[in-house]
Amino acid sequence: MCVAVPGKVIEVNPADNTCIVEVFGVTRRINTIMVGEVELGEYLIAHTGFAIEKLDLEEAMIRLKLWEEILSYADPGQVS
Amino acid sequence: MQILDRFRDPVVGRALLVKVTEQAKEVAERLGRRSVFMEVCGTHTVAISKAGLRSLLSEYIDLRSGPGCPVCVTDYGDIDRMVAFARTPGVTLGTFGDMIRVPGSFASLEKEMAAGADVRIFYSPADAVEYARTHPDRHVVFLGVGFETTAPGIALSILQAKAQGVTNFSVLTSHKLVPPAMHAIPADPELRLDGFILPGHATAIVGRNAFQFVADQYNLPAVVTGFETTDILDCLHNLLDQLFQGQVRVDNGYSRVVKDEGNVRAQALMEQLFEVADVSWRGFGVIPASGMVIRPEFADFNAEKRFTVNIPEPRIPKGCRCGDLLKGKINPHECRLFGTACTPVNPIGPCMVSSEGACAAYYQYDRRGQ
Repeated sequence: MCVAVPGKVIEVNPADNTCIVEVFGVTRRINTIMVGEVELGEYLIAHTGFAIEKLDLEEAMIRLKLWEEILSYADPGQVS
Repeated sequence: MQILDRFRDPVVGRALLVKVTEQAKEVAERLGRRSVFMEVCGTHTVAISKAGLRSLLSEYIDLRSGPGCPVCVTDYGDIDRMVAFARTPGVTLGTFGDMIRVPGSFASLEKEMAAGADVRIFYSPADAVEYARTHPDRHVVFLGVGFETTAPGIALSILQAKAQGVTNFSVLTSHKLVPPAMHAIPADPELRLDGFILPGHATAIVGRNAFQFVADQYNLPAVVTGFETTDILDCLHNLLDQLFQGQVRVDNGYSRVVKDEGNVRAQALMEQLFEVADVSWRGFGVIPASGMVIRPEFADFNAEKRFTVNIPEPRIPKGCRCGDLLKGKINPHECRLFGTACTPVNPIGPCMVSSEGACAAYYQYDRRGQ
């Protein structure tokens, strides 16, 4: 039930605190009151018609870089 | 989406799996047994089973499912109350799709629909408010089921109904809070739990700080994590590392979404609409301060204040061990009914009904057992 998906903001309607997000080609209008002001191109976590949080791409990059460091000595061919 | 696609990169996933397997073996040798980690989120339960991690790592890690599926932890009495509302003349019962097939003591909402009750599935509670606005001859009772992830949206829909003057809309709340239920788990000596995989989206609302007690009070490591296979492997890497090093922290591995303080706007919405109450969880009984009920000032939107329904004493089906499963005491394979009398087509307990229930996930992805 806590399934929530990242969606890219493709239209913003500040007048009624909504925006349209695209998730894998599917679009849906969601409420943005819980995340404040949103901008085109931002990613939001959508759950039951509401944006529950913004997705921070910089933090995502930091995590990916961390994995690169962790995995620098691992051999990806060992598990099939 | 290019950056986010890298969280699904099979090369990264495979390399993380190698790393985690090596680590898990080392930790198992040191402990003289498998390490035991529990996920407390139904979406994690499905993600772990679907990726095959439970069976791939089963030699060294026992991945247990806890009370993370809000549908599954909804008690028989609460389902019976929902059924009673569905039978109330003039009421349209609105619900998320997960609740439809969950059996109560005597019936399910699906059976009530078949018998003529007006039960409707809504993607969003805001859609239910709109339905009520355009159907003034009906009273829409929406089922407020879910953890902290879902409750702020329900709160907002009540505020929307109030602002729009929609008086034929109310909510039957069965909301539950994750942290109080987790107090009941580490205290169980039978479990020998070594750490928690913390729910990403409930924590997006309450914040990482809300789970600091896991380390402070129970001396257990815990990691907030996302829902990609790589996220979960990263979480296991962190938990195993803490276990090996003898460290105990509550870390945030889902920092692209979760903040230490959580979403304060969402918390304010919950605070405005709900007050904390003692509620009953399937398998656990009543847990103090573990649920949310509508505040008296919003009584007009509280279905229980608008209607009176009578429900008989709940009846629990014989042999169903959903309660033990939700406490992490058993895996689905250890229930006598699993895969025989209880299947997704003919479910007996809620854990087999909900798409995020552990029994349904194990049935679909982990039937060979461990």
